[in-house]
Amino acid sequence: MGYVAIKGGGRAIAGAEAAMEALRCAEGEAGTPLTLAAIEQQLRLLTSRVVSEGGLYHPRLAALAIKQMQGDTLEAAFALRAYRSTKPRLLDLPVQETRQMRLIRRISSAFKDIPGGQMLGPTTDYALRLMRLDLADESPEAFRSVSRRFMEGVADSDLPDSYPKVVDALREEGLLPPLTRSREAAFDITRDPLVFPVPRSAALATMARAETGSLLAIAYSNMRGYGDVHPTIAELRVGYLPVVLPHPVTGEPVEAGEVLVTECEVVAMYEGADSDGPPTFTLGYGACFGHNEVKAISMAILDRALQKGMRDGPANPSEDPEFVLLHVDGVDSMGFASHYKMPHYVTFQSDMDRLRTTQGKADAAQSSQGVES
Amino acid sequence: MNVSYELPLDDAAYSFGFLDEYAKREVRRTILKAICIPGYQTPYASREMPMGRGFGTGGLQVTLSLIGEGDTLKVIDQGADDSVNAVNLRHFVELTCPGVDTTERTTEASLIQSRHRIPEVALSESQVMILQVPYPDPLVVVEPSEARRKVMHGEADYSRLLTKLYEDIVQFDEITISHRYPTRINGHYVIDPSPIPRYDVPRLDNSPALILLGAGREKKIYAVPPYTRAEPLAFDDVPFRVEDFRDAQGTRRPCARCGATDSFLDELIDDDGNKQWQCSDSDYCHSRLAEHDTIPGEAMS
Repeated sequence: MGYVAIKGGGRAIAGAEAAMEALRCAEGEAGTPLTLAAIEQQLRLLTSRVVSEGGLYHPRLAALAIKQMQGDTLEAAFALRAYRSTKPRLLDLPVQETRQMRLIRRISSAFKDIPGGQMLGPTTDYALRLMRLDLADESPEAFRSVSRRFMEGVADSDLPDSYPKVVDALREEGLLPPLTRSREAAFDITRDPLVFPVPRSAALATMARAETGSLLAIAYSNMRGYGDVHPTIAELRVGYLPVVLPHPVTGEPVEAGEVLVTECEVVAMYEGADSDGPPTFTLGYGACFGHNEVKAISMAILDRALQKGMRDGPANPSEDPEFVLLHVDGVDSMGFASHYKMPHYVTFQSDMDRLRTTQGKADAAQSSQGVES
Repeated sequence: MNVSYELPLDDAAYSFGFLDEYAKREVRRTILKAICIPGYQTPYASREMPMGRGFGTGGLQVTLSLIGEGDTLKVIDQGADDSVNAVNLRHFVELTCPGVDTTERTTEASLIQSRHRIPEVALSESQVMILQVPYPDPLVVVEPSEARRKVMHGEADYSRLLTKLYEDIVQFDEITISHRYPTRINGHYVIDPSPIPRYDVPRLDNSPALILLGAGREKKIYAVPPYTRAEPLAFDDVPFRVEDFRDAQGTRRPCARCGATDSFLDELIDDDGNKQWQCSDSDYCHSRLAEHDTIPGEAMS
């Protein structure tokens, strides 16, 4: 027997790494290594999820993380987030205008038709989830021609630049309260810890890089009845948002690039007459990097629920900022769940000491009672 | 979308101590505040580290922010230098901090990062002890809301915690908190001293070494400054008690390897089902063995 089983760790760690690598390459001679471009393009929704949960818009690094972590979204987002820790923050981003998004998809479930028109775009919403067996053995030639044929005959000038937003129309009609721009600087969750109560911008930033499944689960609890948002999707849009930064020399705004984002605005029934103005609908907002509609919708619902909780006090878990914001981060929750795999024998020794002591006392008490009776 | 875009590999080079300089400066400022307000859980942003939350990322950020050339680091987990997580953390520091020495000897270290133990050998003024913390707040057992706990700490309102201890005594005739024993620092803030056994709690009291506690996931740093009072919560008639290593006859069990009767012991079960007890602090055990020519008890391979 060695000193204890868990020790001699260095060799074990190296061995574990080699075993992981062997499984990644288990196809052997017949295999082809995944290219980062293939991951980024063909697994684009997976890449989307990782850039969003990693909180760093770098699809190529995300593709590398997915490859390295063998498809584990939590681990891949984690690797991206850790990489982010090594980079300084260079500037505060000015407010970016999502009205300028170059859309690939936008829908509204609130209206039959909307200014600019509904655009279904790339979605599986109405697809039959039947197995496409032809994909199992896809010919590379056919694969390579699909995208070209899709864009055939479409002139660049036919592609619309931007669309008006549905919520603007609702505001003009007085169905939503007028937009008030917050004077506070946005809360930067990467530079300040959440000390409750936190402003709405901190909640939005936390949810924007939250783990999709965690957000969905808590939003779903609200939808099912542990809450009362009853949302209608005013607009859900997916597209490329131009990132406008001040020029380092002139200070003039210049377009530095674009990021794929998903944005969702939900409208909910109005609140009681506790405000002075006329009653209006209320708005919940969700947005995240990449194409991830379930995440943006969940976030919008939770934003609306949290606004209510921040104002009136939480009546449900989904309205409690501490409950929601401290439990939706994938890096935190996954890390802590994993840490239970580490040795805990010192604390367990302590536990046993307490249990044996109280057991001993209980036994002694019982036997002395037995003597008395 | 630019499909032909290549990953610039030079972007991926890492700086000394992994974290960027601004992040390290922020952690150092937080540490200073934590020292100024003994036991106060100072919030900080806490960066993501390349190992899991819960694996010591809070301690590691403290270590990486303080360490510099000429420092000697010791990393332990469960008291041992060679347990997997300690090996991993030490390797990471060696990788990202060129010019830093690492050691397994407690006496040689200027910085000691640890999970779940404080070394058996008394620390000195020239050493800094860094403990990894999973749950920074001792009040979490009685109050789930962090906002309300913050008010309770400010008012030094620990009545519900004391009530919990009292209820333990009523129900079990014994305080059942085994580790993470709530400890009052400098007469005000009660801290969670990290999952060290009760055995190590007295080592916090008037320690010559600075003790820093870092919680990465919960984004808090707190400190027990040198020569500061650290008192485990107890009652006048129910004193604080450490783990009991006496056998059924009341004799203190010795370490099966080095024979020490003054160390925290791990309980081991061998293949035949027999129990053995050995020092949890591997450096302490090795040093004692090296000092003695004859080994009391059974020699282990």
